[in-house]
Amino acid sequence: MIPPDDPAQDPWPEDPTPPAPPAEDRFLDEHAGPMVRPYVMTSGRIEPTRGKFDLITLVVAVGPEPEGTIGLGPEHLAIIRLCQNVMSVAELTGHLDLPVATIRVMLGDLLDKGFVSMQEPEPEADMHDIRLYKAVIDGLRAL
Amino acid sequence: MVSGPSRREVRARRLPTAVKIVIAGGFGVGKTTMVGTVSETQPLRTEELLTDVGVGVDDISGVERKDSTTVAMDFGRITMRNEYVLYLFGTPGQKRFWFMWDEVALGALGAVVLADTRRLSDCFPSVDYFERRQTPFVVAVNCFEGAKRYDLGEIQMALNLGPKVPVMLCDARKIDSCKQVLIDLVLHAMKVRGLVDAPAPQQV
Repeated sequence: MIPPDDPAQDPWPEDPTPPAPPAEDRFLDEHAGPMVRPYVMTSGRIEPTRGKFDLITLVVAVGPEPEGTIGLGPEHLAIIRLCQNVMSVAELTGHLDLPVATIRVMLGDLLDKGFVSMQEPEPEADMHDIRLYKAVIDGLRAL
Repeated sequence: MVSGPSRREVRARRLPTAVKIVIAGGFGVGKTTMVGTVSETQPLRTEELLTDVGVGVDDISGVERKDSTTVAMDFGRITMRNEYVLYLFGTPGQKRFWFMWDEVALGALGAVVLADTRRLSDCFPSVDYFERRQTPFVVAVNCFEGAKRYDLGEIQMALNLGPKVPVMLCDARKIDSCKQVLIDLVLHAMKVRGLVDAPAPQQV
Protein backbone atom coordinates (compact mmCIF):
# COMPACT_ATOMS: atom_id res chain seq x y z
CA MET A 1 0.00 0.00 0.00
CA ILE A 2 1.24 3.46 -0.85
CA PRO A 3 1.85 5.62 2.18
CA PRO A 4 -0.46 8.63 2.17
CA ASP A 5 0.96 11.99 1.26
CA ASP A 6 1.59 14.48 3.93
CA PRO A 7 -1.74 16.38 3.84
CA ALA A 8 0.15 19.58 4.52
CA GLN A 9 1.77 19.25 1.11
CA ASP A 10 -1.51 18.93 -0.71
CA PRO A 11 -2.38 22.41 -1.96
CA TRP A 12 -5.81 21.37 -3.23
CA PRO A 13 -7.49 19.29 -0.57
CA GLU A 14 -10.57 17.53 -1.93
CA ASP A 15 -12.54 18.12 1.22
CA PRO A 16 -11.45 21.23 3.03
CA THR A 17 -12.29 20.76 6.68
CA PRO A 18 -15.36 22.85 7.43
CA PRO A 19 -15.16 25.19 10.40
CA ALA A 20 -16.14 23.39 13.58
CA PRO A 21 -19.80 24.00 14.42
CA PRO A 22 -20.67 25.61 17.73
CA ALA A 23 -20.65 23.03 20.52
CA GLU A 24 -24.43 23.12 21.00
CA ASP A 25 -25.03 22.25 17.33
CA ARG A 26 -23.04 19.06 17.35
CA PHE A 27 -24.47 15.60 16.89
CA LEU A 28 -28.05 16.62 16.31
CA ASP A 29 -30.39 15.14 13.74
CA GLU A 30 -28.48 13.90 10.70
CA HIS A 31 -25.18 15.02 12.25
CA ALA A 32 -25.60 12.30 14.82
CA GLY A 33 -25.31 9.71 12.05
CA PRO A 34 -27.79 7.10 10.96
CA MET A 35 -30.20 5.79 13.56
CA VAL A 36 -29.29 2.26 12.58
CA ARG A 37 -25.60 1.63 12.06
CA PRO A 38 -24.64 -0.21 8.89
CA TYR A 39 -23.22 -3.15 10.82
CA VAL A 40 -26.60 -3.68 12.45
CA MET A 41 -28.24 -3.98 9.03
CA THR A 42 -25.78 -6.72 8.17
CA SER A 43 -25.84 -8.36 11.63
CA GLY A 44 -22.18 -7.55 11.98
CA ARG A 45 -21.12 -9.30 8.79
CA ILE A 46 -18.60 -7.57 6.59
CA GLU A 47 -18.29 -10.07 3.73
CA PRO A 48 -21.14 -11.20 1.49
CA THR A 49 -21.99 -14.88 1.59
CA ARG A 50 -21.82 -15.08 -2.19
CA GLY A 51 -20.45 -13.04 -5.04
CA LYS A 52 -17.74 -10.40 -5.22
CA PHE A 53 -19.95 -7.48 -6.24
CA ASP A 54 -17.68 -5.14 -8.11
CA LEU A 55 -18.84 -1.51 -8.17
CA ILE A 56 -20.23 -2.08 -11.65
CA THR A 57 -21.68 -5.53 -11.11
CA LEU A 58 -25.23 -5.24 -12.42
CA VAL A 59 -28.10 -6.45 -10.30
CA VAL A 60 -31.74 -6.95 -11.14
CA ALA A 61 -34.63 -8.12 -8.99
CA VAL A 62 -36.05 -11.47 -10.03
CA GLY A 63 -39.58 -10.54 -8.98
CA PRO A 64 -41.58 -7.70 -7.45
CA GLU A 65 -40.89 -6.51 -3.95
CA PRO A 66 -42.14 -9.31 -1.66
CA GLU A 67 -45.14 -8.50 0.52
CA GLY A 68 -44.22 -10.15 3.80
CA THR A 69 -40.73 -9.62 5.14
CA ILE A 70 -39.29 -13.10 5.18
CA GLY A 71 -36.16 -12.39 7.14
CA LEU A 72 -35.46 -9.29 5.10
CA GLY A 73 -34.76 -5.88 6.54
CA PRO A 74 -36.09 -2.62 5.12
CA GLU A 75 -32.79 -2.06 3.31
CA HIS A 76 -33.04 -5.46 1.62
CA LEU A 77 -36.50 -4.47 0.45
CA ALA A 78 -35.23 -1.09 -0.72
CA ILE A 79 -32.65 -2.87 -2.84
CA ILE A 80 -35.29 -5.11 -4.39
CA ARG A 81 -37.39 -2.03 -5.11
CA LEU A 82 -34.50 -0.20 -6.78
CA CYS A 83 -33.47 -3.30 -8.69
CA GLN A 84 -36.76 -3.52 -10.54
CA ASN A 85 -34.58 -1.81 -13.14
CA VAL A 86 -31.07 -3.04 -13.76
CA MET A 87 -28.77 -1.23 -11.37
CA SER A 88 -25.08 -1.32 -10.53
CA VAL A 89 -23.69 -1.81 -7.04
CA ALA A 90 -22.30 1.73 -7.20
CA GLU A 91 -25.75 3.13 -8.00
CA LEU A 92 -27.30 1.23 -5.10
CA THR A 93 -24.78 2.73 -2.67
CA GLY A 94 -25.50 6.17 -4.09
CA HIS A 95 -29.27 5.83 -3.94
CA LEU A 96 -29.39 4.25 -0.50
CA ASP A 97 -26.54 6.31 0.94
CA LEU A 98 -25.00 3.22 2.50
CA PRO A 99 -21.40 1.96 2.50
CA VAL A 100 -20.59 -0.28 -0.40
CA ALA A 101 -19.58 -3.08 2.00
CA THR A 102 -23.05 -3.01 3.54
CA ILE A 103 -24.69 -3.17 0.13
CA ARG A 104 -22.47 -6.12 -0.79
CA VAL A 105 -23.47 -8.12 2.27
CA MET A 106 -27.16 -7.46 1.64
CA LEU A 107 -26.83 -8.35 -2.02
CA GLY A 108 -25.22 -11.63 -0.99
CA ASP A 109 -28.29 -12.35 1.17
CA LEU A 110 -30.66 -11.49 -1.67
CA LEU A 111 -28.71 -13.63 -4.11
CA ASP A 112 -28.80 -16.54 -1.65
CA LYS A 113 -32.54 -16.22 -1.27
CA GLY A 114 -33.04 -15.90 -5.02
CA PHE A 115 -34.46 -12.38 -5.00
CA VAL A 116 -31.90 -10.94 -7.37
CA SER A 117 -29.66 -12.06 -10.17
CA MET A 118 -26.49 -10.39 -11.21
CA GLN A 119 -23.98 -9.93 -13.97
CA GLU A 120 -20.33 -9.46 -13.06
CA PRO A 121 -18.36 -7.13 -15.37
CA GLU A 122 -15.77 -8.37 -17.80
CA PRO A 123 -12.55 -9.14 -15.96
CA GLU A 124 -9.56 -7.12 -17.10
CA ALA A 125 -8.13 -10.09 -18.93
CA ASP A 126 -11.17 -10.12 -21.20
CA MET A 127 -10.85 -6.55 -22.41
CA HIS A 128 -9.96 -7.82 -25.85
CA ASP A 129 -13.45 -8.24 -27.20
CA ILE A 130 -13.62 -5.84 -30.12
CA ARG A 131 -17.43 -5.87 -30.04
CA LEU A 132 -17.31 -4.18 -26.65
CA TYR A 133 -15.27 -1.27 -28.02
CA LYS A 134 -17.44 -0.89 -31.09
CA ALA A 135 -20.60 -0.94 -29.02
CA VAL A 136 -19.22 1.72 -26.70
CA ILE A 137 -18.18 3.95 -29.61
CA ASP A 138 -21.59 3.56 -31.22
CA GLY A 139 -23.27 4.30 -27.91
CA LEU A 140 -21.19 7.44 -27.38
CA ARG A 141 -21.92 8.69 -30.88
CA ALA A 142 -25.63 8.26 -30.27
CA LEU A 143 -25.51 10.54 -27.21
CA MET B 1 -22.32 -15.11 -13.66
CA VAL B 2 -23.86 -16.78 -10.66
CA SER B 3 -26.58 -19.15 -11.69
CA GLY B 4 -29.76 -19.86 -9.83
CA PRO B 5 -32.89 -21.80 -10.60
CA SER B 6 -33.88 -21.79 -14.24
CA ARG B 7 -36.42 -18.98 -14.20
CA ARG B 8 -33.79 -16.67 -12.74
CA GLU B 9 -31.16 -17.80 -15.17
CA VAL B 10 -33.33 -16.76 -18.08
CA ARG B 11 -33.63 -13.31 -16.58
CA ALA B 12 -29.95 -13.13 -15.74
CA ARG B 13 -28.90 -13.89 -19.27
CA ARG B 14 -30.59 -10.76 -20.51
CA LEU B 15 -28.58 -8.52 -18.21
CA PRO B 16 -26.21 -6.17 -19.99
CA THR B 17 -22.51 -6.07 -19.23
CA ALA B 18 -21.15 -3.01 -17.49
CA VAL B 19 -18.04 -1.23 -18.68
CA LYS B 20 -16.31 1.61 -16.89
CA ILE B 21 -14.21 4.59 -17.78
CA VAL B 22 -12.35 6.51 -15.12
CA ILE B 23 -12.24 10.33 -15.17
CA ALA B 24 -9.25 11.41 -13.11
CA GLY B 25 -7.42 14.64 -12.42
CA GLY B 26 -6.77 17.19 -9.73
CA PHE B 27 -9.28 18.93 -7.53
CA GLY B 28 -11.60 21.33 -9.34
CA VAL B 29 -10.46 20.35 -12.81
CA GLY B 30 -13.93 19.45 -14.03
CA LYS B 31 -14.30 15.72 -13.32
CA THR B 32 -17.73 16.12 -11.79
CA THR B 33 -18.75 18.45 -14.62
CA MET B 34 -17.69 15.94 -17.25
CA VAL B 35 -19.47 13.06 -15.53
CA GLY B 36 -22.60 15.20 -15.27
CA THR B 37 -22.43 16.37 -18.87
CA VAL B 38 -22.54 12.91 -20.40
CA SER B 39 -24.49 10.97 -17.78
CA GLU B 40 -28.03 10.06 -18.77
CA THR B 41 -29.09 10.08 -15.13
CA GLN B 42 -28.45 12.53 -12.35
CA PRO B 43 -24.86 11.74 -11.35
CA LEU B 44 -24.65 9.92 -8.05
CA ARG B 45 -22.07 10.21 -5.35
CA THR B 46 -20.68 7.57 -3.09
CA GLU B 47 -18.81 8.71 -0.06
CA GLU B 48 -16.62 5.82 0.92
CA LEU B 49 -14.76 2.79 -0.25
CA LEU B 50 -12.77 2.31 2.88
CA THR B 51 -13.74 -1.25 3.68
CA ASP B 52 -11.90 -2.33 0.59
CA VAL B 53 -8.63 -1.56 2.28
CA GLY B 54 -9.56 -3.55 5.31
CA VAL B 55 -11.10 -0.91 7.51
CA GLY B 56 -13.87 -2.45 9.58
CA VAL B 57 -17.48 -1.65 8.93
CA ASP B 58 -17.71 0.04 12.32
CA ASP B 59 -15.06 2.53 11.34
CA ILE B 60 -16.75 3.76 8.22
CA SER B 61 -20.16 3.83 9.81
CA GLY B 62 -19.07 6.51 12.23
CA VAL B 63 -19.94 9.97 11.02
CA GLU B 64 -17.82 11.09 13.96
CA ARG B 65 -14.86 10.38 11.70
CA LYS B 66 -15.47 12.98 9.05
CA ASP B 67 -11.81 13.36 8.23
CA SER B 68 -9.59 12.57 5.29
CA THR B 69 -10.69 8.92 5.30
CA THR B 70 -14.03 9.97 3.86
CA VAL B 71 -13.85 10.49 0.17
CA ALA B 72 -16.47 11.28 -2.41
CA MET B 73 -16.62 9.82 -5.87
CA ASP B 74 -19.08 10.83 -8.56
CA PHE B 75 -20.39 8.47 -11.13
CA GLY B 76 -22.76 8.59 -14.05
CA ARG B 77 -24.19 6.13 -16.50
CA ILE B 78 -24.76 5.85 -20.23
CA THR B 79 -26.87 2.96 -21.47
CA MET B 80 -25.62 1.62 -24.77
CA ARG B 81 -28.13 0.43 -27.30
CA ASN B 82 -26.80 -3.07 -27.29
CA GLU B 83 -25.86 -5.18 -24.35
CA TYR B 84 -23.57 -2.73 -22.57
CA VAL B 85 -23.90 -0.06 -19.92
CA LEU B 86 -21.08 2.44 -19.54
CA TYR B 87 -20.27 3.86 -16.11
CA LEU B 88 -18.09 6.91 -15.65
CA PHE B 89 -16.30 7.29 -12.35
CA GLY B 90 -14.88 10.66 -11.37
CA THR B 91 -12.16 9.85 -8.87
CA PRO B 92 -10.24 12.30 -6.71
CA GLY B 93 -6.79 12.75 -8.13
CA GLN B 94 -4.57 13.09 -5.10
CA LYS B 95 -2.06 10.39 -4.45
CA ARG B 96 -3.47 9.74 -1.00
CA PHE B 97 -6.59 8.32 -2.66
CA TRP B 98 -4.74 5.75 -4.66
CA PHE B 99 -6.06 2.98 -2.47
CA MET B 100 -9.52 3.48 -3.94
CA TRP B 101 -8.27 3.86 -7.48
CA ASP B 102 -7.25 0.25 -7.54
CA GLU B 103 -10.82 -0.89 -7.29
CA VAL B 104 -12.09 1.71 -9.73
CA ALA B 105 -9.32 1.17 -12.28
CA LEU B 106 -9.56 -2.63 -12.18
CA GLY B 107 -11.22 -3.74 -15.36
CA ALA B 108 -11.63 -0.17 -16.63
CA LEU B 109 -11.76 0.24 -20.38
CA GLY B 110 -9.53 3.28 -20.00
CA ALA B 111 -9.11 6.62 -18.30
CA VAL B 112 -9.40 10.30 -19.10
CA VAL B 113 -6.94 12.47 -17.20
CA LEU B 114 -8.38 15.97 -17.05
CA ALA B 115 -5.83 18.74 -16.89
CA ASP B 116 -5.94 22.47 -16.23
CA THR B 117 -3.04 24.41 -17.76
CA ARG B 118 -2.99 26.75 -14.76
CA ARG B 119 -2.17 23.84 -12.45
CA LEU B 120 -0.77 21.24 -14.75
CA SER B 121 1.16 19.46 -12.01
CA ASP B 122 -2.14 18.45 -10.39
CA CYS B 123 -2.57 15.75 -12.98
CA PHE B 124 0.90 14.22 -12.51
CA PRO B 125 -0.27 11.64 -9.95
CA SER B 126 -3.05 10.48 -12.29
CA VAL B 127 -0.67 10.20 -15.24
CA ASP B 128 1.82 8.30 -13.06
CA TYR B 129 -0.82 5.95 -11.81
CA PHE B 130 -2.23 4.97 -15.20
CA GLU B 131 1.22 4.68 -16.75
CA ARG B 132 2.32 2.36 -13.99
CA ARG B 133 -0.85 0.35 -14.15
CA GLN B 134 -0.79 0.27 -17.95
CA THR B 135 -4.36 1.45 -18.18
CA PRO B 136 -4.91 3.14 -21.56
CA PHE B 137 -5.48 6.84 -20.98
CA VAL B 138 -5.76 10.16 -22.78
CA VAL B 139 -5.06 13.62 -21.40
CA ALA B 140 -7.86 16.12 -21.98
CA VAL B 141 -7.06 19.74 -21.24
CA ASN B 142 -10.19 21.39 -19.93
CA CYS B 143 -10.30 24.86 -21.45
CA PHE B 144 -11.15 27.20 -18.64
CA GLU B 145 -11.97 30.75 -19.56
CA GLY B 146 -9.08 33.05 -18.82
CA ALA B 147 -6.52 30.25 -18.83
CA LYS B 148 -3.62 30.70 -21.18
CA ARG B 149 -3.85 28.49 -24.26
CA TYR B 150 -0.87 26.26 -24.84
CA ASP B 151 0.10 24.25 -27.81
CA LEU B 152 -0.78 20.57 -27.33
CA GLY B 153 2.83 19.62 -28.03
CA GLU B 154 3.99 21.88 -25.20
CA ILE B 155 1.56 20.22 -22.81
CA GLN B 156 2.68 16.79 -23.95
CA MET B 157 6.25 17.81 -23.21
CA ALA B 158 5.42 19.42 -19.88
CA LEU B 159 3.72 16.21 -18.79
CA ASN B 160 6.61 14.15 -20.09
CA LEU B 161 4.17 11.97 -21.99
CA GLY B 162 5.23 9.54 -24.63
CA PRO B 163 4.18 10.46 -28.17
CA LYS B 164 1.63 7.66 -28.05
CA VAL B 165 -0.53 9.23 -25.36
CA PRO B 166 -3.18 11.39 -27.04
CA VAL B 167 -3.52 14.92 -25.69
CA MET B 168 -6.56 16.98 -26.63
CA LEU B 169 -8.46 20.10 -25.69
CA CYS B 170 -11.96 19.83 -24.33
CA ASP B 171 -14.75 21.72 -22.66
CA ALA B 172 -16.17 19.56 -19.88
CA ARG B 173 -19.46 21.50 -19.99
CA LYS B 174 -20.19 20.60 -23.61
CA ILE B 175 -21.54 17.20 -24.48
CA ASP B 176 -20.03 17.07 -27.97
CA SER B 177 -16.62 17.83 -26.59
CA CYS B 178 -16.89 15.18 -23.84
CA LYS B 179 -18.22 12.67 -26.36
CA GLN B 180 -15.23 13.23 -28.59
CA VAL B 181 -12.79 12.78 -25.70
CA LEU B 182 -14.44 9.51 -24.73
CA ILE B 183 -14.54 8.24 -28.31
CA ASP B 184 -10.86 9.12 -28.73
CA LEU B 185 -10.12 7.26 -25.52
CA VAL B 186 -11.92 4.13 -26.70
CA LEU B 187 -10.07 4.27 -30.03
CA HIS B 188 -6.78 4.71 -28.16
CA ALA B 189 -7.59 1.79 -25.84
CA MET B 190 -8.26 -0.41 -28.88
CA LYS B 191 -4.90 0.56 -30.29
CA VAL B 192 -3.07 -0.05 -27.01
CA ARG B 193 -4.68 -3.46 -26.67
CA GLY B 194 -3.83 -4.35 -30.25
CA LEU B 195 -7.38 -4.44 -31.58
CA VAL B 196 -7.09 -2.14 -34.56
CA ASP B 197 -6.81 -4.70 -37.30
CA ALA B 198 -10.20 -3.39 -38.39
CA PRO B 199 -10.17 0.14 -39.88
CA ALA B 200 -10.54 2.73 -37.16
CA PRO B 201 -14.09 4.10 -37.02
CA GLN B 202 -14.62 7.54 -38.52
CA GLN B 203 -14.56 10.54 -36.26
CA VAL B 204 -17.90 12.22 -35.67
